[in-house]
Amino acid sequence: MIRAIRACKTAAEERAVVRKECAAIRASINEDDQDYRHRNLAKLMFIQMLGYPTHFGQMECLKLIASAGFPEKRIGYLGLMLLLDERQEVLIDLNHSNQYIVGLALCALGNICSAEMARDLAPVVERLLQFRDPNIRKKKNLQHTIIQGKNAKAALCSIRIIKKVPDLAENFINCAASLLKEKHHGVLITGVQLCADLCKVSSEALECFRKKCTEGLVRTLRDIVNSPYSPEYDISGITDPYLHIRLLKLLRILGQGDADASDRMTDILAQVATKTESNKNAGNAILYECVETIMSIEDDGGLRVLAINILGKFLSNRDNNIRYVALNMLMRATTLDAQAVQRHRATILDCVKDSDASIRKRALELLYLLVNENNVKPLIKELIEYLEVSDQEFKGDLTAKICSLVEKFSSEKIWYIDQMLKVLSEAGNFVKDEVWHALIVVISNASDLHGYTVRALYRAFLTSTEQETLVRVAVWCIGEYGDMLVNNVGMLDIEDPITVTECHAVDAVEVAIKRHTSDLTTKAMALIALLKISSRFPSYSERIKGIIVQNKGNLVLELQQRSIEFNRILQKHQNIRSALVERMPVLDEATFSGRMAGSFPTAISTSSGAPSNLPNGIAKPATAPIPDLLDLSSDDVPAPSSSGGDFLQDLLGVDLSPTPAPSGADKPPKASTDVLLDLLSIGTSLPVQTGSSASDILSSSQDDKAPFANFNGLASLSSLSANATSPANAAPMMDLLDGHGPGPQKPEENGQAYPSLVAYESSSLRVMFNFSKQPGSPQTTLIQATFTNLSSNVYNDFLFQAAVPKFLQLHLDPATSNTLPASGDGSITQNLKVTNSQHGKKSLVMRVRIAYKTNNKDVLEERQINNFPQNL
Amino acid sequence: MGIRFILMVNKQGQTRLAQYYEWLTLEERRALEGEIVRKCLARNEQQCSFVEHRNYKIVYRRYASLFFLVGVDNDENELAILEFIHLLVETMDRHFGNVCELDIMFHLEKAHFMLEEMVMNGCIVETSKANILTPEMVMNGCIVETSNANILTPVQLLEKTS
Repeated sequence: MIRAIRACKTAAEERAVVRKECAAIRASINEDDQDYRHRNLAKLMFIQMLGYPTHFGQMECLKLIASAGFPEKRIGYLGLMLLLDERQEVLIDLNHSNQYIVGLALCALGNICSAEMARDLAPVVERLLQFRDPNIRKKKNLQHTIIQGKNAKAALCSIRIIKKVPDLAENFINCAASLLKEKHHGVLITGVQLCADLCKVSSEALECFRKKCTEGLVRTLRDIVNSPYSPEYDISGITDPYLHIRLLKLLRILGQGDADASDRMTDILAQVATKTESNKNAGNAILYECVETIMSIEDDGGLRVLAINILGKFLSNRDNNIRYVALNMLMRATTLDAQAVQRHRATILDCVKDSDASIRKRALELLYLLVNENNVKPLIKELIEYLEVSDQEFKGDLTAKICSLVEKFSSEKIWYIDQMLKVLSEAGNFVKDEVWHALIVVISNASDLHGYTVRALYRAFLTSTEQETLVRVAVWCIGEYGDMLVNNVGMLDIEDPITVTECHAVDAVEVAIKRHTSDLTTKAMALIALLKISSRFPSYSERIKGIIVQNKGNLVLELQQRSIEFNRILQKHQNIRSALVERMPVLDEATFSGRMAGSFPTAISTSSGAPSNLPNGIAKPATAPIPDLLDLSSDDVPAPSSSGGDFLQDLLGVDLSPTPAPSGADKPPKASTDVLLDLLSIGTSLPVQTGSSASDILSSSQDDKAPFANFNGLASLSSLSANATSPANAAPMMDLLDGHGPGPQKPEENGQAYPSLVAYESSSLRVMFNFSKQPGSPQTTLIQATFTNLSSNVYNDFLFQAAVPKFLQLHLDPATSNTLPASGDGSITQNLKVTNSQHGKKSLVMRVRIAYKTNNKDVLEERQINNFPQNL
Repeated sequence: MGIRFILMVNKQGQTRLAQYYEWLTLEERRALEGEIVRKCLARNEQQCSFVEHRNYKIVYRRYASLFFLVGVDNDENELAILEFIHLLVETMDRHFGNVCELDIMFHLEKAHFMLEEMVMNGCIVETSKANILTPEMVMNGCIVETSNANILTPVQLLEKTS
């Protein structure tokens, strides 16, 4: 059969053969054929190993066990262990007279027994553990070893039992202790193992062994270490390394947290550490275990130095396996004794450059732990040098580690910027977004280094244009500080003088935008940089316009839209351009790092350029149902220049107040939603349909303005500022533009698919509802209620209540405050979540009650709201 | 419990022997084997013999066309396991005489018996080759077994026959 399976070339053939065999075996089982039973079972084992179900064979195993002959029993038990599992109850004969058979049964029990079985059989096993028939022992030496083998098995069986049923542990403590006095290695090794496991499950056992057995164990270990050559257990000149290791393990458990016990074992540990030969694997295994024990027990430090020196020797070993374990061990040792590990820094650094990936990874992690203020500079220098020659797969890891180290120990900004530039130009493609975002934040904060940085970046950019992130940072800096690049402003002494003309700067950005490999973000950044330098270098305005216009037909909506917008700004709005493209305000490091720590994943998903690169003046959205958008906007609102503040407020007001609504309100505002979504999704792919419909609107409002006048309302509402060029709207557009600081304006009403609603208005109070939906749950509407006081008195104890019919579910969040300032001088907002179980059939309806105190008078206003938009 | 599973896999990635010391369903086993084998077989000679996979550490060693993979707990001594694999191979060598993949395939049960003697419930029990192979000899009839459990050593057996 095996031959047949081997002959199969494909999985399908193999399956066919297995199916046929299974059928044959089943037939044979049914005929109850004695002779073929064990053959069948052997076949079944093979089939099971190949990963096919073999349930039908389980009964066969039991039949075989029940039969008399030893070979039958043997294969029966084997089948039992392989084919059966814990879930099945099995009867096993532990009281058989033949020791071999008892051994088999124990073995099976040890491998598969379940908790219930453990409970039932514990006494028998315990008895077997102590069982030692003197007659048999006298008779034959061979038999003796078999009995001991059985003892060993019984011990392991008990391990399983105590694992399954920890409360049986105390029954075994005494016999386990007596096992430790045994001479036979097999028994000893399992006895030690049993003790170790007992210690794990019961602290009582741990105490007991600590008191009684530490001495004995130390003696045993000493005997083994000094024992003469014994061929039976010899492995490359060392007597039974497994036993060594087990003993050391148990000593570790005993010594951990107990100074007294640790003290008693220091001598022998020192002896093992010094006497064991280290030119063979077995010896190294023992040394390794010994080091681990030394590390975990309570010790004054003398031994630890010895241990770390052993690891140092391991590190310089030529065998990869040994270096690997040494690095692993050193990593653990750093927490205990960083100073001693530091001494091996140079060797570890060599390991970072090893050809084996696992070793490199370990070494790098270890090195990462070792870096501190004192050694950071030379180490980073080494690492960056290595970065140049390392292979591609490793660069990612290496850059990540370097970046995080540089960031962690960036005592001087200039050093930080220098190192980062080196990393960017070596392995910019592997640098993560948040790292270069952070770099930009730092650059923008280091005002005295702007000139230096932009020149250094320019230089780096000329030599390595293939590194995406380097290009991004360079383009951003040229856009922001282009004038400093040209005029050699803020020249530092260490710098080489460099002459860059305005033409060169524009060239550089043009290269960036025209590179095939540049991705969307880079191109978008380059566009913005172009807009910015167009105002810094007025003489190149026309050329820049040319470059921008080339992107007008770009297939990517984002770029197309931006280039059209920027083109407009260059053509029509010369007067505001310089204000528009002013330098970015200094980015706030605290907010940035706070956000890095807090909402890290969302920040990434929001938009590729979220923190700093794309200077969108993103106005605070009136409704921000999606937390990450809220996050984005609150971080990114640039401090508006001079007059901007009020206008920002105004824009908010626009969203909130009813005034601009009419044209938008009676349109089914799907299109505007799409446009808005577009604005949001910088660099994320759009559903095709949405994209096209949105670009339709864009192009049409661009080309023929008249027929789409009704869209202008929409456009103005959503502030697609630069596109809306109809004369009627020109003035408010200008206002909007004026109102904002740098960058083109994109006030984003995130995902607001429905027009706002004045839910309630009286002479004294106005309530506005803004609606939004969470993607994926059309039944649920998020409503943000905004309350504005129209009277001249302050309202106290303001309370808003709402009630809905049964088919709706309402959830009210707490309001932002309960005091409403007078005469529209502020507002309260409160979020509501309504789930419509009859979505699509019935529209929302709500009864609201508003209670507040004014002039110490209670006022209660009530109203039913029926004019919710359809399909909410 | 130190050892979680022992696998023998040939160069083509076909499992030749599998012994688990914890219960996994057939599907889990197949998936696990597939992942591990792919991971280990892709490594070259210069790389070290330890791979971390899920919550296991895999210690592997290659003998001709056969890979021996041992999955162990994370706190297990890797070097010792490496030594253990070698011991296993030596033991099989002694029994089969220059063991090869086919030996293990056609005498799967014998390989299992040996493994069973050496490892039980994930712990190494017996490391003396002679002790490991004794029951095997009993099976093969080298040692005569009587009903009252009187077992003769090979030496005595020889004496008897002569």
